Amino acid sequence: MTLLITLFAAIICTVIWYAGAYKSNMKVGVLCWLYWGASIMWFVDAIFEYAEIKAEFFNPAPLDMLNDAYLGLSVVALGMLIWLIIVLISDPKGVIKEVLFKKTSKTKITSEN
Amino acid sequence: MACFLVPAAEAVVTTIITKIIKAKEKEEKVKISFSDGIVEETTKIKFSTKLGWLNKLLWGGSALLAFEHIWHGEVVPFFPFLTAVKNGETADMLAEMESAGVTMAVLVTAIWVCMLIVSNIIEKRALREVKLTKEAL
Repeated sequence: MTLLITLFAAIICTVIWYAGAYKSNMKVGVLCWLYWGASIMWFVDAIFEYAEIKAEFFNPAPLDMLNDAYLGLSVVALGMLIWLIIVLISDPKGVIKEVLFKKTSKTKITSEN
Repeated sequence: MACFLVPAAEAVVTTIITKIIKAKEKEEKVKISFSDGIVEETTKIKFSTKLGWLNKLLWGGSALLAFEHIWHGEVVPFFPFLTAVKNGETADMLAEMESAGVTMAVLVTAIWVCMLIVSNIIEKRALREVKLTKEAL
C-alpha cells in the first residue's frame, strides 16, 4: 500500500511536471525525484517480501493495509514538506525576499553607478 | 532494518563525484531543433547534471525510506540509532543490507543508466535533425 500510494504520487507529479511545470521555477521536479526514488526502493522491498511470503503478499490483513496506507500518506506529506522547504529557501519567485525587504524607492543600478 | 543505508552511502559518494566533475566541466553549445521546427543554440546537458539525477533519486528515496524505518521503530534517535544493533541482530541487519539494500542501489543506478541512454538517443536525434535541415537548405 505504501508503494502504491508513493507510486501514484510519483506518476501525478511527473504528469504535472511534463504538462508545463518544468517551465516554471516551482521545482516540481524535486517531488518527482523524491517519490520515484522511494518507489523504486519500495519496489525492491516488495520483491523481497513476495519472495518470502509468496501469494500471501497480495492478501494483507485489513489492519496492516490501513497502517501501510497511513504510512504512505505520511510519506507523501513528508515529501511535500521537503519540497516546500526547498521552495521557500530557494525562493524562486522572490516572494520571501519581497516580504522581508519592503521596497521604499526605486533606484536603477547601472554600470555608471 | 537498515537497507536504506546502502543507497544513502552511494548518494554520499555520487554527490562528492558530482562536485568534483562540476568543477572541471566546461559548457558545450549545440544547435537543437525543437518540436515547433525552430532551431536554437542551446547548452548541452553536462554530465554532472545527469549525475545529479542519480543523486536526487538516491537522496530522495533514502530520506523517505529512513522515515519508514523510524515509523516502524527500526531507527531510533538515540545511540546506537539502529534497533537491530541494540537487540544483537547485527548479522541479520547486515545480511538485509547486503541483499535488499544492495539491490535497491543497483536498481536505482540501472534505471539512471537507462535514463542516460534514452537522453543520449534524444540528444543525438535532435542534432541529426539539425544536420538534415541544414542539408535540405
